[in-house]
Amino acid sequence: MSLAEPIVPLPDRKPKLQTRNLGVVYQRDGTGIAALEDINFEVSDGEFVCLVGPSGCGKSTLLNALGGFLSPTTGSVAIDGETVTGPDRRRILVFQEHGVFPWLTVEGNIGFGLSKLTRAEREKRIVHYIEMVRLQGFEKAYPSDLSGGMKQRLQVARALAVDPDVLFLDEPFGSLDSITRVIMRGELLRIWQTERRTILFVTHDIDEAVQLADRVVVLSSRPAKIQDILTVDIPHPRNISSPRYLELRDELLKLIGLAYEI
Amino acid sequence: MKLPRWLRPVLFIFALLVIWEVAVDLHPGQILPGPVAVLAALVELLQHGLLLKYVVASLFRVTWGFMLAVALAIPLGLILGWYGRGEMAFNPVIQILRPISPLAWIPIAILWFGVGDLAAVFLIFVGCFFPLLLTAMSAVHNIPAVYINAGRNFGLGSREFIARVLYPAVIPQLLDGMRITLGVAWLVVVAAEMIAVNSGLGFLIVDARNAGNRYDLVVAGMVMIGAIGLVLDLAMRSLERIKSFQWRSSET
Repeated sequence: MSLAEPIVPLPDRKPKLQTRNLGVVYQRDGTGIAALEDINFEVSDGEFVCLVGPSGCGKSTLLNALGGFLSPTTGSVAIDGETVTGPDRRRILVFQEHGVFPWLTVEGNIGFGLSKLTRAEREKRIVHYIEMVRLQGFEKAYPSDLSGGMKQRLQVARALAVDPDVLFLDEPFGSLDSITRVIMRGELLRIWQTERRTILFVTHDIDEAVQLADRVVVLSSRPAKIQDILTVDIPHPRNISSPRYLELRDELLKLIGLAYEI
Repeated sequence: MKLPRWLRPVLFIFALLVIWEVAVDLHPGQILPGPVAVLAALVELLQHGLLLKYVVASLFRVTWGFMLAVALAIPLGLILGWYGRGEMAFNPVIQILRPISPLAWIPIAILWFGVGDLAAVFLIFVGCFFPLLLTAMSAVHNIPAVYINAGRNFGLGSREFIARVLYPAVIPQLLDGMRITLGVAWLVVVAAEMIAVNSGLGFLIVDARNAGNRYDLVVAGMVMIGAIGLVLDLAMRSLERIKSFQWRSSET
């Protein structure tokens, strides 16, 4: 497949996010360091896309550019056909860690983006999302009293509460232990299936990508280019020991350039 | 034997006082008045109404000088810290003025304000201004980028951003800096009162020595300075214990 060719979106869904020849060059000590080069892809409405690639390749840079936190050096990002010029509450970025405000309670964090709503409406949403991320009983707790997994669920709840179209998740489970990580994946899928949002999810975990994504965008090492895009054609819930799962997992490993055996 | 926590320092201080008294009794002379003599001096000051008057005078100057410095240095420091260009412009001036001891300003303070409260307040202001300015600047620099990005992501206007992200993010570091600076203010007021005014605990110390070598009064003044300094520090620490202020201790 040619790298510059835009990916055809799934036929029954309209494109939500689109990048055109996106490139980012960092200036460091007077020299330009290319982080992203010629990134072209489309994401359909309601689709779950994972971005994977070797560590330090520019996955987070890409996510920051998509979210409008970083102005691209070349090319552009469009959401609903509208060029992204800065961060926007319609698309929320969830950070790897320390993303929740430590000076606010669980309720305060979820209500952070809701100050324009009436009090009753705000309370209703807070209750709804506390239930959704299963933090009942911790309404008045501060983040310092929560475990790592609970903090990440809180961050997801805070993001969902403002009713965004797109969620960007930057290795959201990267700092959690492996058991919590597996549980969190299930929780995220459950939430995604109840409240369908477009999700872009950066990870360096091959299994995580194959378990979660509709499609996996594989990035090359720096400067990151799109190496390939893999469609995960397994319906949820996915059997992680099925032959198809293992096949896709192997294919992804091969694309990233890892050997079969250690 | 299991002692309550608070009892240990009390017992230790009591033991030190006993050693002090015994040492002074063994070597009568001009080394140092003993704790009993100091206590008598404190009672004497209290009876003349001077103790309360001097304590109030010193606290009054510290309060005004410190509050003025807080009101000016903290907003200015936050602004300079946020806008890198402003900081670049101001930094050389700050770095030149900062190492000048507030005591070096005493002649200028007297020249401008004469001998009196204003001169002392000015000296405390100068002593507090630069530490607070630098605290506020570094507090802004230390705000984790995720909080700033999250604030921008939820579409806050600049006033909302200041109230809901910037202010709570810097408050633990500001309180820390204010506590240390209040200690500095308490150091400066004593020095300022030795020269620039004729009341207050600093004046008491100099005056007691000059008017007849009353070292019991000198040490009584020192004890009061120490005790009030401790109370001020405890008061600032109790502010830091407010739950939504203390997040830094458990979360970085």
